[in-house]
Amino acid sequence: MSAPTIPLSQRLAARGLDGLTLLVLPAVLFLLLLFIYPFFYGLFLSFNPKAGGTFANYSRFFSDSFLYGTIATTLWLALPVTVLTLVMAVPIAFRVRLMKHQRLLTTILVIPITLGTVLVAQGLLNYLGPQGWFNRTLLTLGLISTPVKLLHNYWGVMISLVITGFPFTFLLTLSYLSGVDPALEQAGATLGAGPWQRFKHILLPLLLPGLAITFCLSFVQAFSVFPSAVLLGAPAGPTRVISIAAYQAAFEEYDYSMASAVAMIMGLVQLAIVVAVLAARGLLYRGPAGGGKG
Amino acid sequence: MVKDNRLSAKLWAFANWAVIGFFILNLFGMIATVVTSSFATRWLGTWFPAGWTTRWYSSAWNEFQLYEVLSVTFQIVFLVVFISGLIGVPAAYALARRDFPGKKLVMLLFLLPLLVPPITFGIPLATVLYRAGLAGGMSGVVLANLVPTVPFVILVMIPFIEQIDTKIEAAARVFGANTFKLFIYVLLPLLMPGILAALLLVLVRTIAMFELTFLTAGPTSQTLVVALYYAVFAAGVRAVQSIDAMAVIYMVTTLIWLLIALRFVNPTQIVARAKK
Repeated sequence: MSAPTIPLSQRLAARGLDGLTLLVLPAVLFLLLLFIYPFFYGLFLSFNPKAGGTFANYSRFFSDSFLYGTIATTLWLALPVTVLTLVMAVPIAFRVRLMKHQRLLTTILVIPITLGTVLVAQGLLNYLGPQGWFNRTLLTLGLISTPVKLLHNYWGVMISLVITGFPFTFLLTLSYLSGVDPALEQAGATLGAGPWQRFKHILLPLLLPGLAITFCLSFVQAFSVFPSAVLLGAPAGPTRVISIAAYQAAFEEYDYSMASAVAMIMGLVQLAIVVAVLAARGLLYRGPAGGGKG
Repeated sequence: MVKDNRLSAKLWAFANWAVIGFFILNLFGMIATVVTSSFATRWLGTWFPAGWTTRWYSSAWNEFQLYEVLSVTFQIVFLVVFISGLIGVPAAYALARRDFPGKKLVMLLFLLPLLVPPITFGIPLATVLYRAGLAGGMSGVVLANLVPTVPFVILVMIPFIEQIDTKIEAAARVFGANTFKLFIYVLLPLLMPGILAALLLVLVRTIAMFELTFLTAGPTSQTLVVALYYAVFAAGVRAVQSIDAMAVIYMVTTLIWLLIALRFVNPTQIVARAKK
């Protein structure tokens, strides 16, 4: 005698698939259609250039210094900005985490993120100009004798990236840091560890995995800089970043195939840095950051 | 914690506050410049403008057709908010309550659009939307903006739904509620604070979302931030004060919603969206 067969719906429900699970479908379909499909479409398109063989776009990119140079230009902006914002953010996050009234500071810092890069660029055009308040203050204080040129060059873009990037890095670091149990540090202090020892042997190892993620997110943001590189930088030369190259290919030359190739290269460079950082993170301590048992 | 009273510790603390103070000073200086300039009659080579006026606001309103731009912006933003809630909340519910094969893959699918910067996935996305004839109009802008907002709603809502006791739902089932009734009468009221917070964050992010709108918008579907970009880009065509007036209107629009959102969420939540 054979065992009674269990209906398919019950077998599926036992594996977590029932009517309720289907609620996830619209979102999955939407993202497959508008995120995954465009990616593969772009990848496919990049191998079907307007002229030449399969790899014509890529060989053109890597033989034209006006194009391949954008990778170095963008890295030269994104890496220093990411390192600088992290170096600024970590000590300040350590100081702020013990404060009772963090809310005012975090609210102020969320403003530049909310306003976005376009407004920051517009504001800096006024503020950093030769007649702007920044140069005027430095002149009055006697720190400089002629206005510093901070616009339409490397520094304009750099400053705008720091203004939007620092709050982002700081808030992310702060949220990781508040996940570390203060009891661990107190235990260290009870056992006679000084502030530097506590930082070096307790907090930093616990925080490093989080900092690796923060580094990745900040870097990826800085690497995809677009509006401020156009408005505050010199988009034809020193700050011709890779997103400008992609945009020009798509919307000025109408060469969507080349634009897709540049976008793919942009994604690959980001991925390479992220993978390198996360691989290094794999070597770090990963375990509970809470005190207590278990 | 033992307070460290050595000189080196005090100097270090001072250096930290100096950095943050310098940052905030410059941030406010930057914002104040825009506001001051928007009220200035003429401002060249002095600390403060020669005189004050409000006429730039009316000229910006007319020159940049801000009435149309603002109404387009709010239509797009509210559509994005509504649809991302409609798709996102049920998906978050399913993910919070069920474990199924391939769930990790689905989570990765929702995480990626938040980690990959908009300009990177925006160019292939815009290409697809142009080929489909959707870009250049409002529908294309809404679709493009939904790509990061749907996952955002899902990832914000999952922990919120997980903390609601399943016994409440079981009780409703015992009393004969079907899934739809359960959703409307039991879950929706309980989830309202979370949904409100998630959707307000979506709203703030969509008003300020430049890249995706920029890549997909046509002349009649520009949002305020894209119109501002074009105005700054073509600086010299219009008076600087007029552009600044528009920038102030943009700032006020964004910051009002930010203030409302901050009544429901912690500022760090705006950033720490990708935390596991």
